[in-house]
Amino acid sequence: MSKIIASAAIRGAHKIVERAEKKYQEALDKWGPEQEVGFPDTAYYLPVIYAILGIPVKKMSDMKPVLDRCRTLLPPPVKEKTALPYLAPALDAGMATFFAEEVIEAIRYLEDPNFYTNQEDILPDNIWLGAANDVIFRKRGVEFVDGSAPGFAAIVGAAPSPEIAKKIATELQEKNLYVFMCAEHGGKRFSEQLVEAGVQIGWPTRLVSYGPDITAAVFAMGFACRVAMAFGGIKPGDFRKNLNYNKDRTFAFVMPMGFVTDEWYANAAGAINWGFPTIADTPIPEVLPTGICTYEHVVSNIPHDHIVQKAVEVRGLKVNVASVPIPVSYGPAFEGERVRGEDIYLECGGGRTHAVELVISKRMDEVEDGKVEVIGPDVDGVQPPGQLPMAIRVEVTGRKMQEDFEPILERQIHHLINYAQGIMHIGQRDIAWLRVSKGAVAKGFKLSHLGKILHAKLHQDFGAIFDKAQVVIYTEPKAVDEVLAQARAIYGKRDARIEGMTDETTDTFYSCTLCQSFAPSHVCVVSPERTGLCGAYNWMDCKAAFEINPTGPNQPIPKGDMLDPKLGQWKGTNDFVMNASRQKITQVSLYSMMVDPMTTCGCCECIAAVLPMCNGIMTVNRDFMGMTPCGMKFTTLAGAAGGGAVTPGFLGHSKYNVTQKKWLTGDGGLLRLVWLPKMLKDELRERLQKRCEEIGIPNFIDMIADETIGMTEDAILPFLEEKKHPALTMESILG
Amino acid sequence: MSDLEKKSIDPATIKMIQKAAVDGCETIFDRAEAMKPCPIGAEGSCCKNCAMGPCRVPAPKKKDGPAKKRMGLCGATAETIAARNFARMVAAGTAAHSDHARGIAEAFLATAKGEVPEFKIKDEQKLLQVAMDLDVEIGDRSVQEIAIEVGKKALEEFGRQQGEVRFVKRAPAKRQEIWRKLGIVPRGIDREVVELMHRTHMGVDQDYKSLLLSAARCALADGWAGSMISTDLQDIIFGNPVPVLGEINLGVLKKDEINVVVHGHEPLLPEVLVGAVKDPEIKKAALATGAKGINLVGMCCSANEILMRHGIPVAGNFLQQELAIVTGAVDVMVVDVQCEMQSLAQVAKCYHTKLITTSPKAKIEGAMHIEFDEHHATAVAKKILMEAIDNYKNRRANVEIPDDKTDQVVGFSYETINYLLGGMFRASYRPLNDNIINGRIRGIAGVVGCNNARVTHDDPNLTLIKELIKNDVIVLVTGCAAMTCGKAGLLTPEAARKYAGEGLASVCEAVGIPPVLHMGSCVDNSRILLAATAVVKAGGLGDDISDLPAAGAALEWMSEKAVAIGHYFVASGVYTVFGTTWPTTGSEEVTKHLFEEFENITKGKWGFESDPLKAAKSMIDHIDKKRKALGIDKTRERVLFDMAKRREIDAA
Repeated sequence: MSKIIASAAIRGAHKIVERAEKKYQEALDKWGPEQEVGFPDTAYYLPVIYAILGIPVKKMSDMKPVLDRCRTLLPPPVKEKTALPYLAPALDAGMATFFAEEVIEAIRYLEDPNFYTNQEDILPDNIWLGAANDVIFRKRGVEFVDGSAPGFAAIVGAAPSPEIAKKIATELQEKNLYVFMCAEHGGKRFSEQLVEAGVQIGWPTRLVSYGPDITAAVFAMGFACRVAMAFGGIKPGDFRKNLNYNKDRTFAFVMPMGFVTDEWYANAAGAINWGFPTIADTPIPEVLPTGICTYEHVVSNIPHDHIVQKAVEVRGLKVNVASVPIPVSYGPAFEGERVRGEDIYLECGGGRTHAVELVISKRMDEVEDGKVEVIGPDVDGVQPPGQLPMAIRVEVTGRKMQEDFEPILERQIHHLINYAQGIMHIGQRDIAWLRVSKGAVAKGFKLSHLGKILHAKLHQDFGAIFDKAQVVIYTEPKAVDEVLAQARAIYGKRDARIEGMTDETTDTFYSCTLCQSFAPSHVCVVSPERTGLCGAYNWMDCKAAFEINPTGPNQPIPKGDMLDPKLGQWKGTNDFVMNASRQKITQVSLYSMMVDPMTTCGCCECIAAVLPMCNGIMTVNRDFMGMTPCGMKFTTLAGAAGGGAVTPGFLGHSKYNVTQKKWLTGDGGLLRLVWLPKMLKDELRERLQKRCEEIGIPNFIDMIADETIGMTEDAILPFLEEKKHPALTMESILG
Repeated sequence: MSDLEKKSIDPATIKMIQKAAVDGCETIFDRAEAMKPCPIGAEGSCCKNCAMGPCRVPAPKKKDGPAKKRMGLCGATAETIAARNFARMVAAGTAAHSDHARGIAEAFLATAKGEVPEFKIKDEQKLLQVAMDLDVEIGDRSVQEIAIEVGKKALEEFGRQQGEVRFVKRAPAKRQEIWRKLGIVPRGIDREVVELMHRTHMGVDQDYKSLLLSAARCALADGWAGSMISTDLQDIIFGNPVPVLGEINLGVLKKDEINVVVHGHEPLLPEVLVGAVKDPEIKKAALATGAKGINLVGMCCSANEILMRHGIPVAGNFLQQELAIVTGAVDVMVVDVQCEMQSLAQVAKCYHTKLITTSPKAKIEGAMHIEFDEHHATAVAKKILMEAIDNYKNRRANVEIPDDKTDQVVGFSYETINYLLGGMFRASYRPLNDNIINGRIRGIAGVVGCNNARVTHDDPNLTLIKELIKNDVIVLVTGCAAMTCGKAGLLTPEAARKYAGEGLASVCEAVGIPPVLHMGSCVDNSRILLAATAVVKAGGLGDDISDLPAAGAALEWMSEKAVAIGHYFVASGVYTVFGTTWPTTGSEEVTKHLFEEFENITKGKWGFESDPLKAAKSMIDHIDKKRKALGIDKTRERVLFDMAKRREIDAA
């Protein structure tokens, strides 16, 4: 740390802590010590304070010891001559800064509850999103874990112009990074500049306008702290592990744009504790020696043309950027971008026209690799807002290609097309829905580019299982209808085949350790009747992934001898998990949440929990924000069961898994299910009804309580008794 | 170079040598000219271990051609005699450090029991750490209970007969394995000293290799037990040093204040004096004399102790002790043990200074004796201060204080460096390792030890250290060598840009530290051992101290303690270079064994080099050799992390 930086950071920290103390005193006088405080809808309280100090700030008076701690952390100003060492004091001051900023922001939530939108999107009259609630955090956090978002850029201040802001943001998006924005420079703010430049900001496009002030920088740090607690299994208060986890796994950096104030320096110094370096566009002093960050700590005076590239290099991040020959930007950051109303140039499907997508295998001589045909009118043949029917047929071939891989490739179409800037894609199969924006067409986008995307990306990601691919895009109504009929016949066959697969019919299960980048001891075992807990990987996906990357995170697990048919334990799976969990987990049940349950990384779609009084279990999906009968919201449950810990009585699983035959059979199976949120019940209803009939209780769905019945065990028990829920008469679930 | 410039490079010292001449007061600088060292003793060839001798067995002169090797009456070879003399220096040095440590341990136990109201457990964190290393149960015991047991266990280390001294467990595992294989893990501190004295008695161990290895065992009992116990327990009751600003050189004496110089090694009395000068009664008495107050300053390692913990000014290092009195402004010089020259009594007589001895172990003819006992600490301290106050009026006209003094930033304990490199939340040695690996820092050197009137005061150490930092070697200093750096301005953050190479300077500027880190008194060399161990444990630089790109030196050594220190560094795997003179040149075999063959035994070795620039080169060459062995001699490509690479990282 140069002396100039350290001096400024320490001065800035003093200012921010003083501000927090003043705010606290005012708030205390106004609301009293018992007033509840916190960020909205989170189980992590004020997350930096919770993660680092282990203090759950719940009410006003809880802030006092935190502010006291800030005081002990604040060093005296740095002397001009013969200064005492300043790096460590400046880092401590930076940490105090974040504690103080959380106090300031928490009081802001109290004083002005609508200051932030508290949702994923901006509002017409308010672009400031504030702290991510746990639903947003988990949804986005999963992207960090599965690698689709390698990190974030914390942009402070404003670019010289909206055009430069847009260019930098796009470049960051193209590198799949989240962009967290706060503070102002010269009366301008980066978020506002993006809006001015016509860029869609908000969580869906990864351009997160946290807040207008520098204190909103703390929301970015809180996000990082929560990633470590939720996915890394790091306990609150274990600051060293949390900070090192982020240094090693969350590839974030600070990018101040414009004059760096004392307060900015304080935040930047604080971020170094997490291993997040600063890359500035102004000529501030540099700190090049390494150690606390992986590489340099402060790099400065970088021209805007190079700043993103430089930042990625300084942080030590390798981004595998898709190279797709299309005239618009491309990457996961554009997945959440919408095309609406007057932006629409062309629309296909969505109930207005037919739209269908199909991947099929062909013989080697029938496929000409890279060929893209558009049969029917392209964008230049319609006037905006236009509509066309559409069928996309991808024909692949290769020595390793199997019929079973067709649906896997087909499922990629949705996000692969959606990654293109200015293109919106929803749905799949025969309910696909596509919108092409005027902006994209203006840049030269044509329907043939859909084929180019699919050809390039499928080759990139799945090149190991096929050799050649060609794409035909139909926009003639007659041809579309023909493809639609062909597709529906194929879908039916596929569904029947998958339904028939059971754990007994295969000797090989698959592992998934994709999430070990963030949850190092977690191992998923995926079998035909137990899809991955994230809902994204079924057995067939894992099989294909192994074909694609034989040394990757999906490995075949020979089941070996069956050790316990009821719990679902095999020698092979136990041995594998022991090894892959780095000796943390010795045995795992595929069919039980009570004995040796599988761990969860934190990406699980649902979490099941035992309800002892009801002698049953409940399960809750990630999107359900309310209280549940086990006394915990989803996010608290995820905190307890996530991070690769073995937690009997709790289990992370996918939504689909609930309707698979083996679900929790070791504990009594579906008959144990006494509560689930209504939204999940409705989502699963069709398949659930089928399962109810299979188990011989066609009205079983109606016996399962939901939040309209009650949100405590006491409240739902009379309902279960009245409905004569079978769980009540089963053997004790606690064994 | 004038005669005066040959004596010292320090302007304050030169001024006072001149003043002494004018005042007609003889100093060590005069005696060094009048008397040359005994040439036979200097090469370790004089044996006076029995009454048949002394036998002189100097190495045969080359020009006389191949001559029969001489031996003592008993047949002891030059090898045996040189090795025995060397070993006895180690034993004496170990005894000195360890007896100091014993005194501290006794005072610590008394403090823990609440018998010394002036002292208390200041650093509970360190107490717990030390307790764990001494196998003291923590549980939910009170601090006092733990401290009492720590005190008792520490004292046990001196009289332990079997097993291993407990702190060896702090060393890297591979280092412990080397020691165990060689059978040189110390059992108890006293036992190793006694055994070495026995082995070197007439007619006992007469194999130089065996003697030098058992000397290593004794030396380890100093570095990894005696000295280490002393440092740790002092830190617990007096506080672990943290960075503090101080000043150094004779200019810290004040003409209009009562000057009390505290000189020696044990921090007990100095700590009490620091408190006692603030006593209102004492202050009042001081002012009543017409003086503006009491100016407490340090000299030698007593100074280092209170400098590191309180920022008390330092008057100077070993060769300046007489010169402080020569200023005519010292009203009392109070001494305890080690390195106080008997001539102080004579020099004091030339002026009005009262010389007061305080240790029951160390009396000086002609000095006043006021015995220190920690149970009556404040009373003793006040008595001493009253003597000073009383003596102020006796000052003579010939008072002349040189105006030389320099600011210095000190207080780099092993734990503090850990903090400074990452702050409260990310404290670790990792950044140091990182910058060694990436080459900004080429290596680490420990430069320690004394002054020696046979060479230009302060010059060899300073020349060496400047050369090292110029070549990006970060330097850890203790004892009188540290004071040399302080006087020359190397202990300031500004020195990084001025003297250090670009790489080292950039790291110093990042952390805000001087390129030379003052780690304490000579008994605190154990801090360097622990810092080296911490570097090993932080990873990436091998798995033993001997793998590190590091070296040690004591170019101006003179005391037996220095030999003990050097030998424990060599036995811990460090290449250690001495200057001025080498005590085994009487035997080529013994010298070769220490300079070369020891590297195959303990993986450390001795070296001798009187030219400081050549010494620097040999240390840097050694550092480069280690860098090459570690594969960090070439620049490496930056590693960029994708998700697969992140999955390879083990859980935190």
